[in-house]
Amino acid sequence: MHMATTLTINGETKSFDAPPEMPLLWVLRDILGMTGTKFGCGIAQCGACTVHVDGKAVRSCVLPVSAVENRAITTIEAVGNTPSGAKVQKAWLEAEVIQCGYCQSGQIMSAAALLASTPKPDDSDIDAAMAGNICRCGTYVRIREAIKQAANGRQS
Amino acid sequence: MNAHHSISRRAALTGGLATGFLLAFHLPLRAAVNEPVQPEDKTDGKFAPNAFIRIDPEGATTLVMPQVEMGQGIYTAISMILAEELDADWSKLQLLHAPANEKLYGNPIFIIQATGGSTSVRAFWKPLREAGASARAMLVQAAAAQWGVDPASCTTSKGEVTHKASGRTVSYGALAAAAAGQTPPKAPTLKDPKDFVYIGQPFKRLDTPDKVNGKAVYGIDAIVPDMKFATLAQCPVFGGKVGKVDDRAAKKIPGVRKIVVLDDLVAVVGDHMWAAKKGLDALDIEWNEGPNAKINSKAIWDDLRAASAKDGVVAKSTGDIAKGLASGEKFEASFELPFLAHATMEPLNATVHCKPDSCEIWTGTQIMARVQSEAAKAAGLPVEKVIVNNHLLGGGFGRKLEPDMVVAAVRIAKQVDGPVKVVWTREEDIQHDVYRPVYRDTIAASLSGGKIVGWKYKITGAAIIARWLPPAFQKGIDIDAIDSATDVPYEIPNVHVEYVRAEPPAIPTGFWRGVGPNNNVFAVECFIDELARKAGKDPVEFRRGMLANQPRFLSVLNLAAEKANWGQPLPARVGRGVCLQPSFGTFIATVVEAEVDEQGEINLRRATSVVDTGIAVNPDTIVAQVEGGLIFGLTAALYGEITIEKGRVQQSNFNDYRMLRINQTPKIEVHVVKSGEAPGGIGETGTTAGPPALRNAIYAATGVALRRLPIDRKLLAAGRKA
Repeated sequence: MHMATTLTINGETKSFDAPPEMPLLWVLRDILGMTGTKFGCGIAQCGACTVHVDGKAVRSCVLPVSAVENRAITTIEAVGNTPSGAKVQKAWLEAEVIQCGYCQSGQIMSAAALLASTPKPDDSDIDAAMAGNICRCGTYVRIREAIKQAANGRQS
Repeated sequence: MNAHHSISRRAALTGGLATGFLLAFHLPLRAAVNEPVQPEDKTDGKFAPNAFIRIDPEGATTLVMPQVEMGQGIYTAISMILAEELDADWSKLQLLHAPANEKLYGNPIFIIQATGGSTSVRAFWKPLREAGASARAMLVQAAAAQWGVDPASCTTSKGEVTHKASGRTVSYGALAAAAAGQTPPKAPTLKDPKDFVYIGQPFKRLDTPDKVNGKAVYGIDAIVPDMKFATLAQCPVFGGKVGKVDDRAAKKIPGVRKIVVLDDLVAVVGDHMWAAKKGLDALDIEWNEGPNAKINSKAIWDDLRAASAKDGVVAKSTGDIAKGLASGEKFEASFELPFLAHATMEPLNATVHCKPDSCEIWTGTQIMARVQSEAAKAAGLPVEKVIVNNHLLGGGFGRKLEPDMVVAAVRIAKQVDGPVKVVWTREEDIQHDVYRPVYRDTIAASLSGGKIVGWKYKITGAAIIARWLPPAFQKGIDIDAIDSATDVPYEIPNVHVEYVRAEPPAIPTGFWRGVGPNNNVFAVECFIDELARKAGKDPVEFRRGMLANQPRFLSVLNLAAEKANWGQPLPARVGRGVCLQPSFGTFIATVVEAEVDEQGEINLRRATSVVDTGIAVNPDTIVAQVEGGLIFGLTAALYGEITIEKGRVQQSNFNDYRMLRINQTPKIEVHVVKSGEAPGGIGETGTTAGPPALRNAIYAATGVALRRLPIDRKLLAAGRKA
């Protein structure tokens, strides 16, 4: 059958059997039971499946597990342990961004990666980092507001 | 408001930590359970005076949610209404999804147990207030009896009864047993709205804390021990059947466990979604496409236009329409709206465990009881042998007012030993939706002395109500299709409204956020703008002139115009458009400001809505719903169209069924007017408002009177004749 694959997810080592081309999304959700990362489109068009690989936001629905061995993977379940992730989560609740919430794991992961690399993003930075994340409830106005709140360090 | 809230049923029942969530993250799947079996709503030892309230001896107060949470914030609003009249301690609330039970949890507007049509607060406002007030009265009676005082001398606040004169206070928890023995008042006294302490305050939502950390459990996240995963392909042609299936290659895919072939669909069951998907891709399926393989959009539109030329059933007639139309200068127009898919972010799914004598389902639905009964039919079981565990919904928008996804999953699960999670790919979700129907609305109106004196309006489209709620389909009139056409706010002396039922062949149609008002408000408000121009009047001024007896409409219109800087100069090819609508019991005026570039592409600059929705239960949620609703409607106006060719839907995913994104989102301001009137509906108002306001902004910017959605950029390029 498959070779055992080992990944480092949220600082923990996880070993499992999976085909090397299997997207990380399905490993997280269906093998490891980490359902915070969401399936939305399967073709990297909506961003619901966004996770961090070495701190960068990537779409896990098109990311083969074989490409992320020996890389640090962070998911929504642990992004709150990073300074930018914690700021974003707090700002998201303060601005009451969320409606159905299904896309918000991905939105938060994209926003946390943005703030980690660009602590004071302007509107065009926000557009560039967040345009890959669709929200069908239409929370975009509050997402922008919350990113600015998080960047302005109300957290500390 | 900062206390721990949980919507886990397990947490609600154990009154403690949501251990079910934590397990899922740290144990391998086989031991993981993301959602416990739906427990019975046990009321033993609790004060449970009605279907909505349970208070245990420790004071933990469980509120049972009769409407489902799909992002609209209803769990918080329902809790606020119940807690207000109960005088509950907000920090001790726990929420429970209601089980399937039409009798206890039926929506008073629909009768059936359904969440939709922006009805939740309107329908449950009175029953929930009465439930809370009645429970409060029984707690007071119990305390008064213990103390030997007059109940009228007791007060309540934050889960306690106080007798001020004697300085005594007792908690609701301590009264639970005694209150259970009290007789409920025949007509509980409701609070005077001026005494509200929760209602009207901008409360933080109860469902959002678990949505920032991956803990919230949607239907698609349900994990049942030993479950398999499946995905499916239905015949791409509506109504078509499976012919031959060659599964030799699919069976070789690692992780594929079973191929399920039913008459109209094929599913692959595997160890995970990836195996199931690879397996499905590897199948060689020959479909018997059947008679619908010739259907295409052009023929559907030809048929709809032909139907629209016929006379319809009269839905309203006031004054003398023939005289009205003859007494001024007459203008005519027709407006057309396309099929739309819902595209909820959470693709369709249901997890099902079928056993010989029972069936258990984990999903997120807007129609609990109907899902249960339809699943029972599909499973061949009595309805009481089917358990439906509802979850948070990753968007509903009307799609989950249908049971088809659960029925398909049950039919697949019947062929599988053990539980199976069936997940639709996005492509399957978009190509097998229950679509917002195509509509064609025709209007003839006459102008005399700058006023509309005759208004003849005809709606042509599917009768969703006839299928979905047959008792409400009376005398050939679909009350949804005509919604907002028969109650246009403007004072017009001669009005005639007709409805022509026209069902598109084979394409399933259903409710889509904004429902009937989407088509009528679009046609009405677009044509009002055209008439204003014919009359030589400013669009806001023209509307004002017909609202002398409509103070709530006039006030939102005036405030929207003021907040949106109506009338102030704009650059070339930038315009403002207004929309005023009566839909869902809410008075809302919206102004959209947009720029049309030289190529005809549209830049949304700004949207302003003023909302009078009566008593605003949770004002921040009302703002959020209008913001999001506007985006939903503007998305449809800019991009939304499902087209049919050879009996198939041509769109498949977000690359060709596009959504508005953050970089295209305008600034949005929503102003909520203070009001003491009964609450209106809010979830769909913005969706209905966005498209006509945008279209009218484009009309102002370019002079082009668009009469069809989605917006055709080719008509808007610079230099084209208006």
